[in-house]
Amino acid sequence: MTIPNLVGAGLIVIGAGIGLGQIGGRAMEGIARQPEATGKIQTAMIIIAALLEGLAFGALFLGK
Amino acid sequence: MEQLLNDFSPGLFIMQSILMLAVIFLMVKFAWKPIVSSLEEREEGIKKALESAEEAKAEMENISSANEQLLKEAREEREKLMKEARETKAKMIADAEEAAQEESAKIIAKAKVSIELEKKEALEQIKKEAAKLSVALAEKILQEELSSASKSAEHVDKLLKEVTLKS
Amino acid sequence: MPIFAEILTKGPLLKGAQMKSRNQFLKSLFFSLALAFSSASLWANDPVTSKEPSHEDSADQSVSTEEQISEYIAHHIKDAHDFHLFSYNDASGHRKHIGFPLPVIVYTSQGFRFFMSSEFHHDDSGHQVVERDGVSLVKYHEKIYELNAGEHAVSFDEAHHPTNAHEVLDLSITKSVFGFLLVSLLMLIAFRSLANQYKKRAVPTGFGRVLEPLVLYVRDEIARPNIGEKHYKRFTGFLLTVFFFIWTSNLLGLTPLGFNITGQLAVTFSLALFTYLITQFSGNKEYWKHIFWMPGVPAPMKVILAPIELLGTLTKPFSLMIRLFANISAGHIVVMSLISIAIIMKSSMGAVGATALSFALSFFLTLIELLVAFLQAYIFTMLSALFIGMAVQEHDHH
Repeated sequence: MTIPNLVGAGLIVIGAGIGLGQIGGRAMEGIARQPEATGKIQTAMIIIAALLEGLAFGALFLGK
Repeated sequence: MEQLLNDFSPGLFIMQSILMLAVIFLMVKFAWKPIVSSLEEREEGIKKALESAEEAKAEMENISSANEQLLKEAREEREKLMKEARETKAKMIADAEEAAQEESAKIIAKAKVSIELEKKEALEQIKKEAAKLSVALAEKILQEELSSASKSAEHVDKLLKEVTLKS
Repeated sequence: MPIFAEILTKGPLLKGAQMKSRNQFLKSLFFSLALAFSSASLWANDPVTSKEPSHEDSADQSVSTEEQISEYIAHHIKDAHDFHLFSYNDASGHRKHIGFPLPVIVYTSQGFRFFMSSEFHHDDSGHQVVERDGVSLVKYHEKIYELNAGEHAVSFDEAHHPTNAHEVLDLSITKSVFGFLLVSLLMLIAFRSLANQYKKRAVPTGFGRVLEPLVLYVRDEIARPNIGEKHYKRFTGFLLTVFFFIWTSNLLGLTPLGFNITGQLAVTFSLALFTYLITQFSGNKEYWKHIFWMPGVPAPMKVILAPIELLGTLTKPFSLMIRLFANISAGHIVVMSLISIAIIMKSSMGAVGATALSFALSFFLTLIELLVAFLQAYIFTMLSALFIGMAVQEHDHH
């Protein structure tokens, strides 16, 4: 792996981390606001997180 | 990306796809179909059982309310009967009392009549006796005091008046 | 999603006593499995700590330097043509390999050739040439090459690509295919027995009691809400098969057997292709309309949106493929790297310290990997169901 590759990978991970943090944080807020909707919020959260994860992994592997 | 494509094995992909098709087919035929259908059957059975239990409950409620109704009616009937019986009893007693009173009144009236009659008779008798007595008395007096007949007669009347019986 | 939501949030979100007991049961199941597998993985990879053949024919075949370890890990991640558990040096210094060969089926320029992988004699550097009816075959980095006519040995260029040989279509029963067959067999046996149980009684006993809620979970929590009440029955079979295949494969990857089925790009590509084809072929008029002529936007926008939407149908299965492959590969790489701490840190921390550190770290990572094994199966199935649901549902116009 060359240095630009590593920097790119780091940037991807930072971006994905921010995104996941946002998803997780907002989901927690949602759950706190409406505990009875926990199941639905978690499903949506996991789907969005999975999509983001797919994007991040795709970028990582394209750059590898 | 290059390494990714380099690692990709077309042969494995073909094998995997063929086997996956076969496995999906086998699993659907031998596992999922029977499992899912028996699960659905069971769910249907549970649903039906619940429904019939609900129905049975409703029926039970119906029956018990009917029972209640019957019981109520029976109770009313009994009340009615009791009331009637009581009324009859009271009527009978009243009738009997009335009859007895009438009877006794009749008897008393009869007795009174006979007493009256007897009294009258007795009075008649007494009057007759008294008349006889007075006649006898008068004879005697007349024998003694014939001289003053008129005076004597006055005297007799006066006596007779005095001896009028108080009834 | 009560099952993993509980694990994910570590918080109580119990809606009833029944759910609570189910969750507790699954939790304890996970925990016991975690214990079993994490100890097993350590045992499995113990040969790393001792001695393993490197692919180059060096006299010293141990795996002790960082380069050798990363090569060993890279080798493990790849598919293999033989089933190899571990190797050791016997008293006389001979290399002993424990495992068994698997059949090789290749389609060469001369047609199909069949032989056992033992003919390569554990060689992965392209030196052992197998002659089969006029075809010379060598194995180099778990790929089988056919030597060009007249050649007797393979030669490489600077980038280590063979210059006088070409790849053949390799339909071998490789380790992954073998693993796939094993998983399929396990699934067939387990679920066939569950199916048979229903003939005798309404509620299964024994292992069936573990399987039944899982089947119900996939049907009621994944297929039904995402595809819709009307269509979900058609796809339940596919989703159940994919879910249990991925989960079992992931768990098998955590056992000492060293399978890496779902970590093969070809395998995940095949799985994603199934989802893609099912989605496209079950798409209704509404679905295609939303792709090619998006309703409710101005006409020039529709023209711009069509290629984007069309590309979107491709990126969805692509991300499915990459996600599963990357997660499982990464998991294997990290677990093996943590185990190799025992070797790398031996000089600086001492044998006991390095082993303890390696044990503690890999133990906890294996626990996480157990969760990931389930989560990836769940996400793959869930997203497949979601994509299928998008294709079949009747949109209410907005």
